[in-house]
Amino acid sequence: MSRPEEQVILAEHPVPEAPPEERDEARLARRERLRLLARSKTFLAGVFLFGVFVFCAIFGPAVVPYDPFGAPTDLLDKLQPPSTEHLFGTDQLGRDVFSRVVVGARDILAVSVAATLLGVVLGAALGLVTGYFRGVIDEVLMRIVDAFLAVPLVILATVALVALGPSKGTLIVVIGIVFAPIIARTVRAAVLSERELEYVEAARLRNERAPYIMFAEILPNVTAPIVVEFTVRLGYAIFAIATLTFLGFGVQPPSPDWGLQIKENYVILNGGYWWPTLFPALAIALLVVSINLIADGLTRVVEA
Amino acid sequence: MSGRNGAPALALDDLRVAYTVRGIDRPVLRGVTLEIAPGESYGLVGESGCGKSTAAFAIMHYLARNGKVTGGSIRLAGRELVAMSDAEVRALRSREMSMVYQNPGAALNPSIRIGTQVAEVYRLLGSPAEEARERSEEILRRVQISDPARVLRRYPHQLSGGMQQRVVIAMALASDPTLLILDEPTTGLDATVEAEVLELVAELRSDLGTSVLFISHNLAVIARMCERVGVLYAGRLVEEGRTRTLFEDPRHPYTVGLLRCIPRGGLRKDAKRLDTIPGLLPQLGAELPGCVFTDRCGLARTICREQEPAFHGLGDGHSSRCHFHDEAQSLPREAPTTAGMRRPKGAPVLRVEHMGKTFRQEGHQVRALSDVSVEIRPGETLGLVGESGSGKTTLARLLLGLTAPDEGSVAELDGRSLPPTITQRSGDDVRALQIVFQDPDCALNRRHSVRRILGRALTKLLDVSGEERASRLRELAASVRFDGRLLGARPVQLSGGLKQRVAIARAFAGEPRLVVCDEPTSALDVSVQAAILNLLVDLQGNQGVSYLFISHDLGVVRYLADRIAVLYLGRLMELGDADTVFEAPHHPYTEALLSSVPTLEGEQRPRIRLQGEIPSAADPPSGCVFHTRCPRKVGEICEREEPPLLEVEPGHMMRCHIPLEELRRLQATPPSPSRPEGA
Repeated sequence: MSRPEEQVILAEHPVPEAPPEERDEARLARRERLRLLARSKTFLAGVFLFGVFVFCAIFGPAVVPYDPFGAPTDLLDKLQPPSTEHLFGTDQLGRDVFSRVVVGARDILAVSVAATLLGVVLGAALGLVTGYFRGVIDEVLMRIVDAFLAVPLVILATVALVALGPSKGTLIVVIGIVFAPIIARTVRAAVLSERELEYVEAARLRNERAPYIMFAEILPNVTAPIVVEFTVRLGYAIFAIATLTFLGFGVQPPSPDWGLQIKENYVILNGGYWWPTLFPALAIALLVVSINLIADGLTRVVEA
Repeated sequence: MSGRNGAPALALDDLRVAYTVRGIDRPVLRGVTLEIAPGESYGLVGESGCGKSTAAFAIMHYLARNGKVTGGSIRLAGRELVAMSDAEVRALRSREMSMVYQNPGAALNPSIRIGTQVAEVYRLLGSPAEEARERSEEILRRVQISDPARVLRRYPHQLSGGMQQRVVIAMALASDPTLLILDEPTTGLDATVEAEVLELVAELRSDLGTSVLFISHNLAVIARMCERVGVLYAGRLVEEGRTRTLFEDPRHPYTVGLLRCIPRGGLRKDAKRLDTIPGLLPQLGAELPGCVFTDRCGLARTICREQEPAFHGLGDGHSSRCHFHDEAQSLPREAPTTAGMRRPKGAPVLRVEHMGKTFRQEGHQVRALSDVSVEIRPGETLGLVGESGSGKTTLARLLLGLTAPDEGSVAELDGRSLPPTITQRSGDDVRALQIVFQDPDCALNRRHSVRRILGRALTKLLDVSGEERASRLRELAASVRFDGRLLGARPVQLSGGLKQRVAIARAFAGEPRLVVCDEPTSALDVSVQAAILNLLVDLQGNQGVSYLFISHDLGVVRYLADRIAVLYLGRLMELGDADTVFEAPHHPYTEALLSSVPTLEGEQRPRIRLQGEIPSAADPPSGCVFHTRCPRKVGEICEREEPPLLEVEPGHMMRCHIPLEELRRLQATPPSPSRPEGA
């Protein structure tokens, strides 16, 4: 026997038939949702952290103390431990790790956001089509999706990157395509319940075509799960990109990409040189955590 | 079990409850005082949002997280509950009070067998496993479940709604509580099942002597079940008294208004418009210095706005919170109907013959609709009645072309053959047949504004655009009395009644010939229902549109329908003029449907109870499909041979082996008690 939750009370409350200026219930509800978000400490922490990384991505090159790509003289300072001069120390080529970590935010953010966006667009379209038509189209497409999901992401991506040659563009396309089926599943589930609602039949009863019903009638009602899915996938995308560059299939040297930095420096961990590996790894972890915090906050508010 | 030292079973004293919404406390109950004597049944009525359920939740300590008791007291058999800790209340809930909710499907855990769930109640009361199981069987037998051992092994989804509600009631009664709270326990059930459940509750109550707080928006159900009634409005008890007195001699304008909204006593649309209660419930937590009902009251004067009326005692426990309680019944009435009702005439708009629909389900064939032939004339309303599962909605969907009928079905619109599905129909055919759905929340896209919803319908159905569309839109909104200033609003911003007006406007956008109304008012409060019914009547008067009106509320059907079709298991059992069908002689099924509806006047018709639930359409009974539940079954012929649909008198079709004269004789006298039959 479930207890009625706050939202029920809000919805049950009838809105009076008064002039429109007095009746801005929808706007209030939206503001209420924002307030809930603003009160959620995890969400705020996520936004703050993520904001720091976005700042680094945009202004990084302008504010870092050293040239992240290094200067010939740097070799004299190679593998310096963290100090006031080099906050995160220097790497094997004497480049300032702090500067490289800050500037490295740009590539990974751009690639992961673009890849996730691509995945969401493809996945949402696929989910709408399979969920709306069901039947044979659904069966065929979803079996393909199942097959896709059965192969580990990294292997799939590695094969594609080897075939197409490593570049940022390939990375975006490969991750986008790998994510699409996963996102399609979520969207399809939402569409399946939505298409049973009578407004869809009402649309059919005025001779609407399927694309209109899918994109103008149903899509606006499934945006909440799509937004949540986007944030969740973004975290995974960062992880995937870091993994692929670590394996050497992603961004190529001398880029200050985090995964690449780890790849270049992890071999000397045994020598006690931990800083060129630890700081990029921490950056990856923090970025993923910040996105997960945001996703968490959003999910709670959307599902409340 | 009953109150110690003669204390009432339940006493609320000036109970105040508020919900915190957006940081502000909004009062929902504004001082409710009532007492329920041991063994008494007390009804709480009022429209949705009045605070009925909040009162129940407050008593049970089940208030939502943002709700709290801000004042007053709740005493259960003399013990104060408000200050009690959650643990103490939990102990009390397991023994002293129980609650039954509207939706039994949600009250039972879908993944646990019935037996385990019922036994848990006894386990909590301290019985060992074996004893708990035995007592579970016993209590199920008590709620008239004929094969308790089998039911105990089932999962909730394997039981029908009526059966589920019996199980929930059994669980509520297991601890032999002092107080049983029933919150709209029969609202989602068919009239026939509702009648059974109500009867059961009444019997158990007299056996066990439990006090009952019965919450319902349905006045007739309260009239049948309760000794005393309280009318709740905006969190205030506005009138209270013995059920009979209160319904026959209401002394508060709100009660008077509520009672007048209901179409009853065979009222018909051509005789009288329904009264409505104008306006809406005040905002949640609004400041109401005077009488809470002032804004909607036809009798309101200055004093009503300024001074809260006292609870005037009128003798015999009847009290009214109205300054002018002696004038309450002179509340102004709705103006008589002006749009002249046209008699339906001319060639049929729509004619269907041998309409059938067979669904294929996991290998078997389910005949949802079988050989239905009806016609609807211009300006006519055909009422469609029957229990859920009788094929009403299937027929509507076939007409609209949303589902394809079986081979051999014939449909004609204005004498021209009508293709089976929308995709094959011409634009004119699609325009001609439209629908108003039951639940406007699902039927209107919540992300679109009213302007977009109606504008799109105009564009697609009439192919208009620009200035012409804008002016058509204004006309359309005006025709359903929808305030043009609200066109920019989204459905969530509108009240239930306004949403349904938008849905009606959408159906009328393409100047339809026939509109299917699928339970258009069953999600609405009675005062809003009355306004919507008036609107439908006006639109029909002005535009000569025909309706196929589906409803389980027979009072509403009688008010609106010119002719009535009764469906059972996808078969047409009876068809005729509304008066012919409602007055004896009628088909035994119609008779049973009519007698299961509780009336405000209390018991006056002999009650015929249908045993069990409607059989599965996948495996319909042999012969006459109704024979398994028929109280007037004549014998073997009913099991062997399906009776044909015959015209038993001019314009009156019936499918029964019993001759009309025999039915006339039988139905003039009270029927013999029906035989028990395995469900």
